[in-house]
Amino acid sequence: MRVSITVNGEVREAEVWAGESLLTTLRDRLDLPGSKNACEQGECGSCSVLLDDELVCSCLVLAAQADGHEVATVEGLADDGSLHPVQDAFAATGAVQCGFCTPGFVVAAADLLRRVPDPSDDEIREALSGNLCRCTGYQKILDAVHLAVER
Amino acid sequence: MSTATRTLRPGHALPSTRRADAAPKVTGEFAYSSDLHAAGMLWGQTVRSPHAHARILGIDVVQARAMPGVHAVLTHEDVPGQKTYGLEFADQPVLAIDRVRYFGEAVAIVAAEEPEQARRAAAAVRVEYEPLEPVTDPEQAAEMAPLHPDRPTMGHGFRDDARPNVVRSMVIRRGDPDAEGDVAVEGVYEIGQQDQAFLGPESGIAIPDGEGGVDIHVATQWLHVDRDQAAPCLALEPEQVRIHLAGVGGAFGGREDLSMQIHAAMLALRTGRPVKIVYNREESFVGHIHRHPARIWAQHRATRDGKLVAVRMRILIDGGAYASSSTAVIANACSFAVGPYAVDNVLVDGLAVYTNNPPCGAMRGFGAVQACFAAEAQMDKLATALEIDSVELRLLNALEPGGMLPTGQVVTGSLPTRDVIRRAAALPVPEPEELPREAIRLPGGAGNTTRGEGVRRGVGFAVGFKNICYSEGFDDYCTARVVLAEDGSAEVHCAAADVGQGVSDVILQVARLELGTDDVTLASGSTARVGSAGSASSSRMTWMAAGAVQTACRAALDERDRSGGAVDVERIYRHPRTYPLDPETGQITDGRAHVALAVAAMRVVAEVDVDLGLTRVVWIGTAQDVGNALNRTAVEGQIEGGTAQGLGLALMEEIQTRDGVIANASFTDYLIPTFLDMPPVVSDLVEEPEPDAPYGVKGVGEPPTVVSTAAIVAALRDATGRELARVPVRPDDIAGL
Repeated sequence: MRVSITVNGEVREAEVWAGESLLTTLRDRLDLPGSKNACEQGECGSCSVLLDDELVCSCLVLAAQADGHEVATVEGLADDGSLHPVQDAFAATGAVQCGFCTPGFVVAAADLLRRVPDPSDDEIREALSGNLCRCTGYQKILDAVHLAVER
Repeated sequence: MSTATRTLRPGHALPSTRRADAAPKVTGEFAYSSDLHAAGMLWGQTVRSPHAHARILGIDVVQARAMPGVHAVLTHEDVPGQKTYGLEFADQPVLAIDRVRYFGEAVAIVAAEEPEQARRAAAAVRVEYEPLEPVTDPEQAAEMAPLHPDRPTMGHGFRDDARPNVVRSMVIRRGDPDAEGDVAVEGVYEIGQQDQAFLGPESGIAIPDGEGGVDIHVATQWLHVDRDQAAPCLALEPEQVRIHLAGVGGAFGGREDLSMQIHAAMLALRTGRPVKIVYNREESFVGHIHRHPARIWAQHRATRDGKLVAVRMRILIDGGAYASSSTAVIANACSFAVGPYAVDNVLVDGLAVYTNNPPCGAMRGFGAVQACFAAEAQMDKLATALEIDSVELRLLNALEPGGMLPTGQVVTGSLPTRDVIRRAAALPVPEPEELPREAIRLPGGAGNTTRGEGVRRGVGFAVGFKNICYSEGFDDYCTARVVLAEDGSAEVHCAAADVGQGVSDVILQVARLELGTDDVTLASGSTARVGSAGSASSSRMTWMAAGAVQTACRAALDERDRSGGAVDVERIYRHPRTYPLDPETGQITDGRAHVALAVAAMRVVAEVDVDLGLTRVVWIGTAQDVGNALNRTAVEGQIEGGTAQGLGLALMEEIQTRDGVIANASFTDYLIPTFLDMPPVVSDLVEEPEPDAPYGVKGVGEPPTVVSTAAIVAALRDATGRELARVPVRPDDIAGL
């Protein structure tokens, strides 16, 4: 089937199979591999994107469900080559090690700050508890979110 | 010659703590092995055994080969060269031949145009199995029919133990292990099977070069050892198999062994097309080795005033179906069994066995994690029995330079055991929090399971240590190549795998310092362009890469002084030589068996709901011996992340098997710590330069994982008064069910 999805502000069309996830479509058909596939069960958040401004795991959304809707991925966060404040803060605080979880984290953290401009530690921990990181122990990610608030 | 005289500090040659790869990683541009594409690419899929132990009676690929989009279906008959491979012993079939020895073992491989076509074709391969009784109890493995009748690990200088299914048997005997003390404490400890659970599953792409050779782009920890295992199986010369490092989504030991490398290369060479293989999470659980589950018996004897007199331990680790690095893991577990304490009389009896459980090999901490959990529980028991403060007891027995390991090796390098103990013990512990409070700050968290009744607080302490670099006579080296252009710019080649730890930044930092210019680039790692770097493991990569890059940079400058113009030099760096242990006594045969040591102490505050068995780790403070810290942010990141993995083993992470079959191969059922599980970690870096290392560095990745499991469970014991001799600690254990 053919779907038409507005991705990062641009209308994109793709031929997909009926059972295909939005994540697969983004990664393998639309050349947007920034969203990562680490569990394909909605447990790790590595594939986090915004679907009509709502934070979702793109592995749990069918490409067909996104037909006619708007999707924002990590590739759309930076503005004309300048990093989004959350991206810049992740780079500055050491919140990135292997980085496989990072795209999902920055999408989720940017979404959090849009809703809650100055979150407490507990609010950050709870809001980002759906994103798994195996490298950092989360502390520097906490630092990054606070730094992004300052900026 | 000591190379520790020139120090390298943050800010000296690195303008900020920002990683070179941070920008591409935060924007999604960084290419991981699972992100690679090539024109005309096919997708590979692996057919795996549903049995832990079975005889293969036949494999029928006819139907699968005829399916739409399918280009190849290969079995063991199609392996062009050597049929088996292995990191240290070639005991694992590339594709199962007549028998499968673990759940998920690869039996056949498929290449097709689309991933879904490959999956369907894999499902259509008909394998006829005759299930066999699996060997699943490591206690009984040495009395059961051999899984490897040809005993692949025998005759390598190990103690001769003719029992079936012995991977390595070893003894460390020193002094008089029967020496009596005033007090004795004893315990039996068990450690569950942990998974590395790196977030980027095994993946890569193999591209045929049109001349019979192949390029393999893959996430790995050691490019050259991949090449040296793959080439003979592909019946190719090493130069015909080029391994290129693709972006690595975490490793933690789990990428030391091969996964899809040979399979993708076989399919690519057969079809003449690039072939990509990406495991999903479920497949990843059978796609790599795990941390060895262990059972440890320990008896500690001490004088009334707390001096250790004798330690006796028996350590059994389950290596699973294939050898991987089990021989080195059991050596480490035994070498560090006693902990960083001076004891004159020691008997450690270690055994690694083959079973039909999932294969085990390297994971962060490498044998020292299991031993530390038992040894530190024993030290706390001893403190209780002697009514001595547990920190004081550790200080009293601390092993320091000039002291002797149970192997007879004298500690010659830095080992500030007392310093890390004192500094960790001095970190201020947060005050108990008042009730009532938000559910998220209670055990059970957002599950809202308590208002605070039944919640008890405990404080735990532990010390752990481990070796840095490879041991027991292994020829451990690292290569670097430096190309200086006429315009003064430099390009550095080093095959050190950046698995997320940031070794690329260390390489650039060293090269910029040594060459006196910021105009340095680091080429991507490839076996085609530079010699081996050795493995990004055993907390060795910073030390070894720094040594190699330093040596190559200095040689390049000398060469330019001599000849002028552009230069291109390659140099090998070796750490001080090690020697094997005596197979009968476990004593050193010359010099040292381990290159250097690193120690960490940790203090943990935890709260426990004693009715429901739920836990909340409130705070962790640690002091770690890190040598000269080249990059403080990166060191803290290793400590915080390594601690989180130890917390996972303490509280939640265990691969569960039934008859050798994994029952929880997903992130729904195998839990790793989330943001809500990890408390703040306070890190005090104890910087004492390592005399044998370039710039006085030490590896820092493993000590936090070694010590944190022990320290967290100590806090739970303090809160509950229960023995808690098994990790992960289950709610039932805490509630006493």
